[in-house]
Amino acid sequence: MRDTDFFRRWMDTATAAVEREADRLTELDSPIGDADHGSNLLRGFMAVRAALAAGEPAVASPGEVLQLAGRTLISTVGGASGPLYGTLLRRTGKELGDAAEVSDDALREALYAGVGAVAQLGGAAPGDKTMLDALVPGVAALGTSYRAAADAAEEGARATVPLQARKGRASYLGERSIGHQDPGATSSALLLNALAEVAEGAA
Amino acid sequence: MSAPRTCVGIVLVSHSARVAQSVADLARGLAGGAPSVRVGVAGGTGDGGLGTSAELIVAAAREVDTGAGVAILADLGSSVLTVKSLLVDGELPDGSRLLDAPFLEGAVGAVVAASAGARLDAVEAAAAEAYKYRKG
Repeated sequence: MRDTDFFRRWMDTATAAVEREADRLTELDSPIGDADHGSNLLRGFMAVRAALAAGEPAVASPGEVLQLAGRTLISTVGGASGPLYGTLLRRTGKELGDAAEVSDDALREALYAGVGAVAQLGGAAPGDKTMLDALVPGVAALGTSYRAAADAAEEGARATVPLQARKGRASYLGERSIGHQDPGATSSALLLNALAEVAEGAA
Repeated sequence: MSAPRTCVGIVLVSHSARVAQSVADLARGLAGGAPSVRVGVAGGTGDGGLGTSAELIVAAAREVDTGAGVAILADLGSSVLTVKSLLVDGELPDGSRLLDAPFLEGAVGAVVAASAGARLDAVEAAAAEAYKYRKG
């Protein structure tokens, strides 16, 4: 079973990963985006860290950790990744309800719902060169292990390189979006890698 | 006795504070000043940058809400997604709605309709009507 502290560590590890990789995310966002993905996500996750540390509002369950994180991202990121990641975490958190501990099966089901909500909000599908290209294969591999999910997400992110963007600002570039790794898929892989690290007890 | 008639409030959400304000001025001007309509703007990130601020959107929607509904127009990407997620989260006043309409033309249609006393459904229809005007 996974307790509230597990989810706090997940968010904290994700924040550390975004801190570490912010420059790379922004670099990936330069040729096909508006060069703000790293800085936007960094601002959002730093706010998540602060909100969870503040103890106000109090978070007493895994679901509350993710819902607070999601709300914080929506209100602080300033780019499309805010509502998208915010929706992912908030919907996942809502699915978990107010249980003090959740099983890996329950988390997997909740993440499926969260990824579904992201697809609905953005109107994207796998192959559109978006976050979903990492999240969909990632959550599909959760049944195997958290590490398998992180690896599948990472592989999915790398596989966005030859794709032409069909959603978001990059889609305006048409064929010129080909040949670049999608920043959103890359940060999605970081999020699932953070989950795997925490599950493995390394963080 | 019926309650005093109130207009649908309009909120314009743009990546740019200047765009939001300019479109509000244009729509109001083309609606003959539209003194009865409240037009709120949520432009940029709140610190002068280009982007979207959930806080500004919520503040603008509350400011224009008189109970007759709030019609929201958004320009691009994160503006649209942020409004949608605020709606799902119930953080906007009751009767708030994101209009599926082009930003500038839709804003003009919405402000004109609202100033004529149209209800929310009719304001939405007026804004969406802008998609039917082909330019080429």
